[in-house]
Formats: sequence, structure tokens, C-alpha cells
Amino acid sequence: MKKIHFEKHRCKGCGLCVLFCPQKNLRMSEDLNDQGLSYPEEIDPACCTACGLCFRMCPDVAIEVYQQVAKDKKQ
Amino acid sequence: MAEAAVQAGCRFFAGYPITPQNEVPEYMSKRMPQVGGVFVQAESEIAAINMIFGASAAGARCMTSSSSPGVSLKQEGISYIAAAELPCLIANMQRGGPGLGNIRASQADYFQAVKGGGHGDYRLIVLAPASLQELYNLTMNAFDWADYYRNPVMILGDGILGQMAEPVEILPYEPILELPEKDFVLDGCKGRKPRVVKTLILKPADGLIAHNEHLQEKYKRIESELSLCEEYQTTDAEIVIAAYGITARIAKGAVRMARAKGIAAGLIRPITLWPFPNEPFISAAKTASQMLVVEMSHGQFIEDVKLAVNGQCPVEFLGKGGGWYPTEEIILEKIESMAAASATAVKGKL
Amino acid sequence: MPNLTRTEVLTDAQTHYCPGCGHGIIHRLVAEVIDELGIREKTIGTAPVGCAVLLYDYFNCDIIECAHGRPPAVATGMKRVQPDKIVFTYQGDGDLAAIGTSETIHAANRGENITVIFVNNAIYGMTGGQMAPTTLTGMFSTTSQDGRGEHGEGPPLKVCELLSSLEGVCYLERTAVSTPKDVISAKRAIKKAFQNQIDGKGFSLVEVLSMCPTDWKLSTAKAVDFVNNEMKTAFPLGVYVDRS
Repeated sequence: MKKIHFEKHRCKGCGLCVLFCPQKNLRMSEDLNDQGLSYPEEIDPACCTACGLCFRMCPDVAIEVYQQVAKDKKQ
Repeated sequence: MAEAAVQAGCRFFAGYPITPQNEVPEYMSKRMPQVGGVFVQAESEIAAINMIFGASAAGARCMTSSSSPGVSLKQEGISYIAAAELPCLIANMQRGGPGLGNIRASQADYFQAVKGGGHGDYRLIVLAPASLQELYNLTMNAFDWADYYRNPVMILGDGILGQMAEPVEILPYEPILELPEKDFVLDGCKGRKPRVVKTLILKPADGLIAHNEHLQEKYKRIESELSLCEEYQTTDAEIVIAAYGITARIAKGAVRMARAKGIAAGLIRPITLWPFPNEPFISAAKTASQMLVVEMSHGQFIEDVKLAVNGQCPVEFLGKGGGWYPTEEIILEKIESMAAASATAVKGKL
Repeated sequence: MPNLTRTEVLTDAQTHYCPGCGHGIIHRLVAEVIDELGIREKTIGTAPVGCAVLLYDYFNCDIIECAHGRPPAVATGMKRVQPDKIVFTYQGDGDLAAIGTSETIHAANRGENITVIFVNNAIYGMTGGQMAPTTLTGMFSTTSQDGRGEHGEGPPLKVCELLSSLEGVCYLERTAVSTPKDVISAKRAIKKAFQNQIDGKGFSLVEVLSMCPTDWKLSTAKAVDFVNNEMKTAFPLGVYVDRS
């Protein structure tokens, strides 16, 4: 199961998540969402630590982070 | 008025000191805590009316009182309360204007009260008592009308009414209407969907047009159901005086004096200024030869009288602003001159 | 470890805020606090005039929308009538610190038991970027085109400093949402401001320095830098009053 989920059609493309990802694991997409905007995508899903900083900085609640999943995977 | 409000279940009062109505907040500051209510001396008239906005949305019977310059400041809030269809009572004990004016009695806020002093198409139910007993009774009724129609009600008094003393029978409150449940109250959304009280209507694009139409329908309903007026010796009156509030009380004396001198005078006294009681004026215009409007302003109320009369009868005017008030003698003099002019005109025709 | 998801205190509606605007973050923080305290069904919010005027579309609780600057007065009326409910106002800088300064100061001084969330982005956003009471000295806006302070505008108004002299105030803190650390700190402050009300401790205000990339005419990253470098200098973060 994924550790992070982007509601890409909610995204307004501000890039705050990309800016604050401590792993530098996010980038803005080449594709456009329903609003015609770039949205974040993971560069390497394995790098995500589910720290949740992208969730905390997203003004549109367009990101969900499943920290429990991350923890289970680690174990 | 303050005790009538308490009797009627008013449990929230917010106001700001201004002469000539300080007796009301002073009384309320003592009385409200005694009955488990809330008195707040607000930092401004604007804050006071907005506290009323909040208290009404929270479900309380509530009121504020002020005088002319203070009521001008309240107009923003009054427009919002009318738009949000919240019930409340606003009292205006009018004083001389414009500007800071003076603290003598006046009736120069008629337009502001009746035509809507704030922005947008809205109406207040406006009541004009002529005695303290009537002020007491109308205050209790005002809360019922406010709740029944979900509309702000204004009591339009003046500095004389605001500061006079006369005996009043303290009657217990009895609702005059079967009141609807307050299904708009914000009290937390436990067990129901969240409610919103708002006046900004952007969506759908014609939503505000629809809301305005809804308000206008309500106002038409109020007009058809609520209209109060006192008629005094109008049946055979040749000269009918139109006056409201304390002016009408003085005019009544002048009518008696005129009758004693053989002049057939009468009086129409609207008690609701909005809705305006048109019918008595339409009838009187058919039977009387002249009308006389007396008011403590340079002619505001007269416009509604003329609209009702619709050219069917000449309408004379006696009035001044700035704290002027008519005595019975001044009104009688005017009635006599009108009667004399009428007699001359009749002679001329012969 | 908790999962980080949308709380039921927020509706599903997509906000009208511009990309990178801090309002969305602050909405989420307030919603999370209401959710965590379990008070959604007894909370009444007041919406201001300004960018956050459509608050009622985004919050799943009772909301009253007020005239510009009047939320503290309206909240006073609501809270006094229903002292067992939780009443919060959510106001921008124009609403709280310009047209509603009087309502703010007096509600604070009376010690009204309400919670005020004050979003300071140093600009009038909704009307298109005019000078706000909190616009920084030298900062450009559509009504301070030579920079604030050149034509008698005066320096920015500092709300926490201003209110800190009032004895009626329970809690004042200035926070920001321009870094993850600030966001976490802002949430802690907001939670405390609500908890104070639950405990009947009186007037609590949390100021939140926030980004307005659109009207500052900056990219998201530069807007974040502007808060971190310029705004935090003019408006130092921290607890200004704590009588809780």
C-alpha cells in the first residue's frame, strides 16, 4: 500500500509540498490535472519516509499521508 | 419600554449612551442581570447593533436603543439583520438633526426609519407610539411581530416620549400571535446539518435576485396583515389632520379646540408607519375638504400621506425641524386659517 | 502513528483561495483542533469580510457571516447568549486591524470568552492588493505604489503588541505558516486558544503570518521567503500574553 496519496485534481499547483519535502522526493508533474495545473508526484516512492511535512504545508488538503503504513512496512 | 421588553422575554440588550434615551440602558443594566439576561454597554453603536445580530442569531429576544446620530451609525448592522431575516427590536428616540443637532425632540428620521436608512431594498416594521402606555404595549407586540415575520422592528419615538413621565399599567406579556419555531438559530450542529446565517449571496448567479424577491413577498404579506391607525372624529371632518407620535397627541388637543369653535376637524394617527395605513387616508380624502400634516420635521411623513391621498384632496403642511414642536394653539391657528381660506374659496365659487 | 487525512470538520468543497495562499493551511489547522477537541457540534464560527468570507462553505459547523470588522461584536452577542457553546472568529488584517480595530480592542478588553484567529498577510487580498494596516514599511501595494511610508501611511499596526497592554486578555500569540515547524507551532497555539475558551479563561487571539503570493506578486517560494525574512522581522513570533 502507498504511504502517500495525492488528490491531484484538488491541487492548485502551488508547489509548497515540493519546496518543503526533506527528501527532495517530490516534483511537479508534466501532466496537467482537471484544472490544467501541474501537481506533485513522487520521484522514488521508496524514498518517502511519510514524515507528513507535505500534508502539513498543503493549503488544499490535497495530500494524505499514511504513517501507519510506513511504520508497518519498516517493521 | 425597557420593562415591557423584559416582560416580553427580552434577555439581551446592547447599547451605547446617547441623550435622550439613556434611561433605557441604565434601567437594563440593572434589570437584565436580575432576570438572567445580558446587558452589554458596547464600545460603539456599530458594535451594539452587531452584538444584537449575534444575539438574535443565537436565538435570544434582543433589543438596542439609541437616538438619531446613534441610529445612523447602526444602519449598516440593520441592513445586515434585515437581509439575514433576524428578529430584533431597535428603538430610536429621535432628536434634532442633521449632524449632532441638539437633544430636543424631533421627527426628522422618518425617511431613515420608513424608507430604509441602510443599503439595499429592505423594510423595517416601524411603530410610532404616542403615549408611554402605548409604548409599553407596542414594545411587547414588537417582539412578537419581529419573531413572527423574522424581521427587525423599530420603535420610532422622540425625545419627549423618551424622557417624559406618566402613569403606565404594567401588564403581563401575552403573545398576540402563534409564533413559529426559530429554525435558524445557531446553537451548534448537534444532531443536525450545520446552519449558516449569511447575507452574501454569490451563487447561483441569480440567487440574490431570488432572495430579494423572497424578501419583497414577505414585505407584501406584512403590508396586507399589519396596519394600525387611530382615527379621531374623522367621520364628519372637513379638515383632517395627519400626525404621528407625540405630535398627534398635541394635534388631538387642537382638534378638540377647533371643534369647540365649530370647525369640523379630525385626526388620523398612523401607529404603524411601515406598513403605512393607506385606507383611512383614502377614505378621508373622499369626505374631507382639506388635510393638514403636522410633523416635527420639514416634511417627510407628508410624502406618504400625499401618496395615500393621491391628489384627491389638498394637503397643507405645518412642521419644522431642529427641535421645534407644535403647541395646540399653533395647530389650531393653522386649522382656523385653513377653515377661513376654505370659506372664502366657497364664497368665490358662489 | 496517525494517518494524516482530512478531518470531518472540513467540507469536501474545494476552496477559492489562490495557489500557495496560507488560508487553506490555517483552515485545516482550525478544523483539526476542533476535531481533536471533539467540539464540532457545539462550535459556532464567524466569517469575516475579506478572502475568508466563504468560510461557511468549508467548515462543517454552524457559521455566521458578519459585516466587515464586526466579528468580535457578533461573537460577543452569540457567546453571551450561549455561554456553553464554542465561538470563534476568523479574521483577516483589514477586518480585524483596520475597520474592526475598535471591536477587536474592546472584545479583548472585556475579556470575552472567545477565540480569535487573526490571519495577517499584510495585504487586502479579496479586493486586489491594496495596502493593509499591517503592510510593511516600504512594501508596495496598489494603494502604496511608492512603498508604504512615503506618503504619510504610518508604520504597520502590530496587533499582538497593541493588545498586550490590555488586562482583560487571556492569551496572545503570534505564529506563522511559512515553514512546517511554524505550522506545527501555529496548531499548538490555536489548540490552546480553543482550550482556554473551553476552560472559561477568556479572550484568546492567535495571529498567523500567512502568504499571499498573488497580491505580493511573488512565486510560492519567494512568498515563503518573504514571510520568513521580512514579516517575521517586522512581526516577531512568540507568546505576547499568557494568563491561562
